[in-house]
Amino acid sequence: MDRRETGSTHPESQEQAPLLLTGTGVSPGSGYGPAYLVVGDIPEPAAGSRHDGDAPAERDRAERALDDVAADLESRGARAGGEAEEVLGAQAMMARDPGLAVEVGQLIDQGVAAPRAVFEAFGKYRDLLSAAGGYLGERVADLDDIRDRAIALLTGLPMPGVPTSAAVPFVLVAKDLAPADTALLSKDVVAAFVTEQGGPTSHTAILARSMGVPAVVGCAGATSIAQGAAVLVDGSSGHVRLSPDEDEVTAARNADEARRAVLSAVSGPGATADGHAVPLLANIGGPRDLEAALAAGAEGVGLYRTEFLFLDRETAPTPEEQEEAYRAVFDAFPGGRVVVRTLDAGADKPLAFLPPPGEEPNPALGERGIRLFRRYPDIMAVQLGALARAAAGTAAKAEIMAPMVATVEEAAWFAEACRTAGLENAGIMIEVPSAAIRAADLIEEVDFFSIGTNDLTQYALAADRQVSEVATLQDPWHPAVLDLIGMAASAATAAGKGCGVCGEAAADPILACVLVGMGVTSLSMSAPALGLVRAALARHTREQCRLAAEAARSSTSPAGARTAARAELPELGSLSL
Amino acid sequence: MAERKVSVESEVGLHARPAATFVQTAAKAPFDVTVAKAGGQPVSAKSILSVLALDVRQGESIVISAEGEGADEVLDRLAEIAAAS
Repeated sequence: MDRRETGSTHPESQEQAPLLLTGTGVSPGSGYGPAYLVVGDIPEPAAGSRHDGDAPAERDRAERALDDVAADLESRGARAGGEAEEVLGAQAMMARDPGLAVEVGQLIDQGVAAPRAVFEAFGKYRDLLSAAGGYLGERVADLDDIRDRAIALLTGLPMPGVPTSAAVPFVLVAKDLAPADTALLSKDVVAAFVTEQGGPTSHTAILARSMGVPAVVGCAGATSIAQGAAVLVDGSSGHVRLSPDEDEVTAARNADEARRAVLSAVSGPGATADGHAVPLLANIGGPRDLEAALAAGAEGVGLYRTEFLFLDRETAPTPEEQEEAYRAVFDAFPGGRVVVRTLDAGADKPLAFLPPPGEEPNPALGERGIRLFRRYPDIMAVQLGALARAAAGTAAKAEIMAPMVATVEEAAWFAEACRTAGLENAGIMIEVPSAAIRAADLIEEVDFFSIGTNDLTQYALAADRQVSEVATLQDPWHPAVLDLIGMAASAATAAGKGCGVCGEAAADPILACVLVGMGVTSLSMSAPALGLVRAALARHTREQCRLAAEAARSSTSPAGARTAARAELPELGSLSL
Repeated sequence: MAERKVSVESEVGLHARPAATFVQTAAKAPFDVTVAKAGGQPVSAKSILSVLALDVRQGESIVISAEGEGADEVLDRLAEIAAAS
């Protein structure tokens, strides 16, 4: 599995369009299906564009487009249920607005072409709402979305947004995907992801791994793939093949099945070949991920990302709603550990009801994670209260941790808040280099550490995870990152406390061995990655892992570290790694 | 022409859910129904966009008007929705 290939196009034939695109494979397996291109902006229909004179037919066309948009919104709402149904239902009412229909009709009667008429009619309401500001100002985005959908239908452009159902699973192709685009996606709809931007820790990559769907990111030329073209995606090699022949598709399917067979041969709790236990836990976004976690043999949850409960809403979830979601997760692992990360929001994951103080020039270095809790202590108190009530009635061991802790003072403040709420096990994430460097001081204040390798790498290498141009720096194999992990693990070990890793590094079976060799006590990852990590650990002793870690940390580059570690882990070949 | 003057009591004003319920109810009437802020221009109560654009906040008064058979029942129902907290 070579993850180091980066985006370049390789025209392989004499034809105009390249048949093979290459990016970074970030979620293994192969996926095949028709390409579905997600477009960003729908261009404004040209001012002064006219229809051919048949006004009634043009009015009919416009009416039908708006009605289709409304029907689509309603059916998506009905499938999503809950708050989403209400929001999408209100949007459908906007598409069917009689006042809007009158305006569109009048413009068309004056000779204006339907797409332009729709654009102008929406423009009037858009101005009214944006002038009002506040709640109404935020509805402008809804209005634009409805307008763009109608214009896309009228002009034959691909629809903005991501469809949530499909007769045949499609390969989702986009420049990049936002968390909101992907909230409703499932394996039944998406055969694979291909994005032009993003690196191994982009939202798309994390989502793809948690869904068990193959993905290639940083794939140059991806958005030039034709809508509907057949695409075969290899999420390990990073190859994206266009119009593959039947043999290629069959060969890829067979290889996928062979890989699954190897994985299902090892089961049970995580441990090295000599019996040193390393609990293997799952990263989840909510109760809906539990089934996959349990099926993959997770021994508990190592990272429950609670922000998914808070995203895409206008008001904070109620204490009761939170308690219910938390309890569902605790109840799934009686006797097991469930590590809950408190709300991790900020300028990169904005919440309508927790606005940051202003536009941040660099959101990754701004007011996010625990820093936002300092501003909104009430939100934290409600969350900790709901967690304490949910934890009280279950047999799971609830552990609560805060993201983005940088100082001893923050660690102490959070631990105190947890104890006040009645939560016994308070920990912190190690994501900020300052916390790793002074881990011996921080561990005095808390009960455990959990290392978030994605952010730790981003901050150690000063490479924004969202910027694909610096994606090659975003590599947890970097010896500097390994050193920081080693510092945190050593400090925890010396204090007799646990230090897990819940970043995507834990999902890399070779790196997982190295982490164990550095003294990491548990590994948490998206469910589909558990099998290969369990198999890699089961084939090597703790001493082999220690030697691999030593070799990796003695190297001077990420590639060197990986090669050196491999040399100490002889059984990787049997797993085709 | 029948009309009702009511004070909007919902915390979110005549926005979000109250606005949607209000418009859905008005849309069922077989005659025109209008709504205006006290002293303002009336707009169609069947148009969600127009109702939202009125920007009615909690505590503000609106005048709902309609004419036709059953207008009183429709107006009573709409007044009830608008006044609900």
